[in-house]
Amino acid sequence: MLYDRHELRRVDPRMKPVLELRSLVKDYTGQRALAGISLSIPRGSFFSLLGPSGSGKTTTLRMIAGFEEPTSGDVLINGEVVNCRKPYERNVSTVFQSYALFPHLSVRSNIEFGLKRHGIADSEARVVDAIKLVGLIGKEGRRPAQLSGGERQRVALARSLVLAPDVLLLDEPLAALDRNLRKQMRAELKTMQRRVGITFLLVTHDQEEALSMSDQLAVMNEGRIEQIGSPEEVYLHPRSKFVAGFLGAVNWIDGVGVRPEVTRLARESQNHGSKSFPAIVTDSVFLGDCFQVVVRLNSGEEAVAQVHRGSTVFQPGEAVHVCWNPADEITVS
Amino acid sequence: MKLRFWFILPTWVWLTGLFGAPFAIVLAYSFLTRGYYGGVVQPWTLENYQRLVDPLYLRILLRSFIMAFAATGLCLILAFPAAVFISRSAKHKHLYIQLVMLPFWTSFLVRTYAWLFLLRDTGLVNTVLQRVGIIHSPLPLLYNDGAVLLGLVYAYLPFMVLPIYATLERLDPSLPEAAADLGARPWATLLHVIVPLSRPGIVAGAVLVFIPCLGAYLTPDLLGGGRTVLVGNLVQAQFTTGRDWPFGSAVSMILMLLVTILVWAFLRRESEHLA
Repeated sequence: MLYDRHELRRVDPRMKPVLELRSLVKDYTGQRALAGISLSIPRGSFFSLLGPSGSGKTTTLRMIAGFEEPTSGDVLINGEVVNCRKPYERNVSTVFQSYALFPHLSVRSNIEFGLKRHGIADSEARVVDAIKLVGLIGKEGRRPAQLSGGERQRVALARSLVLAPDVLLLDEPLAALDRNLRKQMRAELKTMQRRVGITFLLVTHDQEEALSMSDQLAVMNEGRIEQIGSPEEVYLHPRSKFVAGFLGAVNWIDGVGVRPEVTRLARESQNHGSKSFPAIVTDSVFLGDCFQVVVRLNSGEEAVAQVHRGSTVFQPGEAVHVCWNPADEITVS
Repeated sequence: MKLRFWFILPTWVWLTGLFGAPFAIVLAYSFLTRGYYGGVVQPWTLENYQRLVDPLYLRILLRSFIMAFAATGLCLILAFPAAVFISRSAKHKHLYIQLVMLPFWTSFLVRTYAWLFLLRDTGLVNTVLQRVGIIHSPLPLLYNDGAVLLGLVYAYLPFMVLPIYATLERLDPSLPEAAADLGARPWATLLHVIVPLSRPGIVAGAVLVFIPCLGAYLTPDLLGGGRTVLVGNLVQAQFTTGRDWPFGSAVSMILMLLVTILVWAFLRRESEHLA
C-alpha cells in the first residue's frame, strides 16, 4: 500500500500507528460521502487531510472523533477498533472550526472542563501549564466573548491539549483568522506540536497550510484519498492532475505539467537542455514580489510564469519563448 | 425621525388609553370609599390598604404566591425535557411546536370546563378507574389545591416550552459535541452546558408563567370550586358580589407592586449573572 513505504522510512516500524483508518465508508441517505479510505498515522507526527469542500475530510474527522459512525470500515486508535465508542469514550480531542468554547464559562473553566469530566482531581498544575503553553496568562478569568479570535483559538487548543489526547483533531482551525494571524498561528501550531509531542491531525482546504505544517499529508477528492506523502513528495511528484492542480498552479504544456515558479520566459529560444516553446504575452500582473506573466502558446494553450521583479519586463503582445528544465516537469498517469 | 414618530404613535395611544388610563383609575379608586350600591364615593382614605394587613388576606396572598411558585416549578420540570426533545427531533419539529400551541385554538374557558368533565366524581378518570376496578369510590380529584395546580400548569405550560425551545434552537450544535468530545457523558453535558446556556429561555418562561399564575382567577374559581381562594378570586369577588371596588383596587395595586418588585429583582439578578 501507498503509505507503508513512507511510514517505514520515517518511524520505527515496531511502533504501532496511533491512528489507523481501514476502508472507511460513510453514506448519507443514498449519498456516498466517503468511498473507502485507508491511512495510518505515526505517533507524534503532524498529519493533514487536504481537499476541497465536499471531499470527505471533515466527515473523516468526525468519525475519528466519534460524532458519526462509519457505514463500513474501521477506525483504530492505538490499534483498537473504536467504531462504536462514543466521543467521551475516546482519547482524542477536537479543536472545532468555530472553536465551540463554552460562552458561560471563563477561560480557566473552559480549560478545566475536560479534566473535571474525567474526574482528574489534582489538575491545577496541568491547567496552569496549558494556559502558559498557549500564552494566555492573565486572561484566565475572561469569558470567550471578551477574547480576540486568536485568543479564542488558543483557549480551544489549551482545552484539548490539557487532556493529553492520543490525537488532536483540528478542523480548519485557522479559517476564521485574518491573513497575518493565520501565518503566525501556522508557525505556532507547528512549534507547539513539536513541543508537546502529541499527534496532530489537521483538516484543511488551504494547501499552503498543509504544506507548511505537515510531516505527511493526504490529498482527498470526492470521498477518496488521491495521494499520501510528505509535502515535498505530493507537491513535486503528484500522482494525478487533481493533486497537482490542488497543491498549486500548473501549466499543462505538451502533455506535461510545469509549475509557474519553474517556468521561465526568454526573448530567444533556449537550447541547452531546456524545453522551449514559442508564445505571445497576453497579460502581466504585478504581485509585489514578482510579476505573473500570462502567455499563449502557438498550440492555443495558456501558461503562467512567475518573473522576478528587476529581471526583464515583458509587455503584452510581445513574442517570447516559454522554457523549463525537464527535471522540473510533473508527469501524471 | 418623523417617520419613527408615526410608527410608534399607535403603540403609544394604545398603551396610554388601554393600560395607562385604567391603571390610573384603579389607583384612584383604591384611595376612595365604597359606594353603597358598588362604585366609589368620596372621601379619600388609606383604609383599603390598612384592611389588607388582616391575616385572612395575608394568608390568601401567601397561598397565591406559593401556588404560582409551584406552578412555575412544575411547568419548568415538564417543559425543559419537552423543549430539549423538540429541538433535537430532526423531522417533526414543526409538528411538535404546532401541538404545543394547539390548545390556543380553543377558548380558555372551554378548555378549563373540559377538565371539570375529566376530573369530577362521574368524570372520565373516575369512571374508568371504577370500571376497571382499581378504585371503588370516586377519588376527590376536583375542587382542591391539586386540581387548581393542575389547571394552572396545563394552562401556562406552552409559555414555558416556547422560550426554552427558542434558546435551545439558537444553541450552537457544536457546543454539546465539544462537551462530549472533552469527556462529558450526556447527563454532564445537559447539566454543565445545555441547562446553563438555556438560562435566558428559562428566565423568560418563568416570568411568563409566574405572573399570570399569580393573578389567575378562572382556574381556581372553576377547578378550586370556591374553596381555593387565591388573590385573583379575591379581587374578582370585590368587584362583583362584594361590591367593594376600592378594596378590590387596593388588592390589585398591592399585587401589582409585589409582582413588579419580585420580577424586577429576579431579572436584575439574572442580568448580573449574564454580564
